[in-house]
Amino acid sequence: MAEPLLAVERVTCRFGGLLAVDAASLTASEGHITALIGPNGAGKTTLFSIISGFIKASGGAVRYAGEDITGEPPHRLARRGIARTFQIVQPFVGLSVRENILVGAHLHHRTRSAALAVADQIGHDVGLGEYLSRSADTLTVAGRKRLELARALATRPKVLLLDEVLAGLNPSEVRDIVPVIRDLCRRGITILMIEHVMQAVMSLAEHVFVLAEGRMIAQGSPAQVVADPVVVEAYLGRGAAAKLGTSYGR
Amino acid sequence: MKALIPTAAVLAVLAAVPLVVHSNVTLNFLVVALMIALAGQGWNILGGYGGQYSFGHAAFFGTGAYVTAILQVRYGINAWIGFAAGIAAGAALGAVLGALTFRSGLRGSYFALVTLAFAEVLRIIASVAPVTGAGVGTLIRLDLGIRNLQFQSRAAFYWIILALVGVSLVTAQLIERSRFGIWLIAVRENEDAAKALGVNVNGVKLAAMVISAAITAAAGCFYAQYFLFVDSGIAYGTWISIQALLTPIIGGVGTVFGPLLGALVVKSLGEAAKLLTGDAPGLDLIIYGAVLVLVIWFTPRGLIGGLTQARKVLMRRSGRAAPSAGEARDG
Repeated sequence: MAEPLLAVERVTCRFGGLLAVDAASLTASEGHITALIGPNGAGKTTLFSIISGFIKASGGAVRYAGEDITGEPPHRLARRGIARTFQIVQPFVGLSVRENILVGAHLHHRTRSAALAVADQIGHDVGLGEYLSRSADTLTVAGRKRLELARALATRPKVLLLDEVLAGLNPSEVRDIVPVIRDLCRRGITILMIEHVMQAVMSLAEHVFVLAEGRMIAQGSPAQVVADPVVVEAYLGRGAAAKLGTSYGR
Repeated sequence: MKALIPTAAVLAVLAAVPLVVHSNVTLNFLVVALMIALAGQGWNILGGYGGQYSFGHAAFFGTGAYVTAILQVRYGINAWIGFAAGIAAGAALGAVLGALTFRSGLRGSYFALVTLAFAEVLRIIASVAPVTGAGVGTLIRLDLGIRNLQFQSRAAFYWIILALVGVSLVTAQLIERSRFGIWLIAVRENEDAAKALGVNVNGVKLAAMVISAAITAAAGCFYAQYFLFVDSGIAYGTWISIQALLTPIIGGVGTVFGPLLGALVVKSLGEAAKLLTGDAPGLDLIIYGAVLVLVIWFTPRGLIGGLTQARKVLMRRSGRAAPSAGEARDG
């Protein structure tokens, strides 16, 4: 396997006495979908915030395309091609859907007309075509998730960090958005996603990392990690794997 | 270019006023209202579009006024150059204050308090420093002539301040339709989301602060030339900080014409109150307060926002489909 596009190397993050992320490492290889899973409070979003420059790590390094990018501010990382979405969607509520996407499109397009063309195109791509002129606060949760995605895409990312884009969606909405994400990967965007919806992780991700209590406890293909007793115990408690083993195993 | 037509029309109508109105009282009223509109437009760039509510725009107004006056009186420098230097000094001060506050991550009420304190510190310094004339103030010698930027006729001053307001209107309009403008609005709406989309939040805020300070400083420079007198209470007093933020809020915060409309409305109400009550002290402030409460109660987006809303409702009633906000803005 070639050198990964994004590599997190033994990153540690401490908030006062709380060790949120403890020497966690992960890699995302170019053109693939990598998932980061783990129980609530494992430090997944903190790790994302470190990668995207919103939080400074207490130790460790983040490397992107062979360069050390640890501690660079978010706007510079965006310019390099690292985009993120937020777990709690953050639309610019006073603006229309089109203008929301326009903010991102302007990163690489100076003129309004070029940026608007890009914004409209991306709006159609993610399925927001008919809502472009609406105010962003009229969108449903599913619509806002799509908008979050569209804005990030408008910055022409090489790596896209998706923080629970599927959370809060109903099963049919999940089914609608999964192909959109797969399509992005097919177009060459490397994707690193935090996700709780295992059905989507199983069908999308090629490689999965599992974070629990700040530590990376397992990695592998989706099928490997769900069968890993360490992972099962992290979710369900100590001894759970053995109990499940006795009741279902034979 | 088509977008500039309404601005040109408003300016043309206003420019014709002195040809019809010859009363010095009325012209004086309009000159002061336009000066407040200019100061308010400065505030509007940073506060309206950028969401950074400054309570100390007097710092820029006063610096513009003092620099214009002091350069002429103490250093014998030409008034036009003094005027330009005043604007430049205001912009420089904006850069310093912006770098200090935004770098340290001050937002919202903290930013408001620091700007307020900054203007107050300048007022106190100006009231004791010898260069400003301390408590006595600085008086510019009356010497009429275009070279000294002093005119007998109010109409000349009126056209000068109108030209400055015109420049500020066009500036606001250009910002609104530019990349910088949408980034500035994005910063107002959500700083974190803006950062994630590649917006250099501090850089954008700083640039807005410099433009904002320059425009408000221009109003101060004009004050010095028009009244030929500056002291610390006038230049750095809270009165101008309040006027600069009230006019856009009442007129329509984050809109091109908000400050101009707000200034005309507020000043008219103030004058009307004076006529009715015979100059009772502090009454104009009570009026500002009452108008502010009413405006925020009925049209939180200011008079312009209220008018847009009313137009939409009327169009819907008359059976035609109202254009949605996005379409109207793109058109």
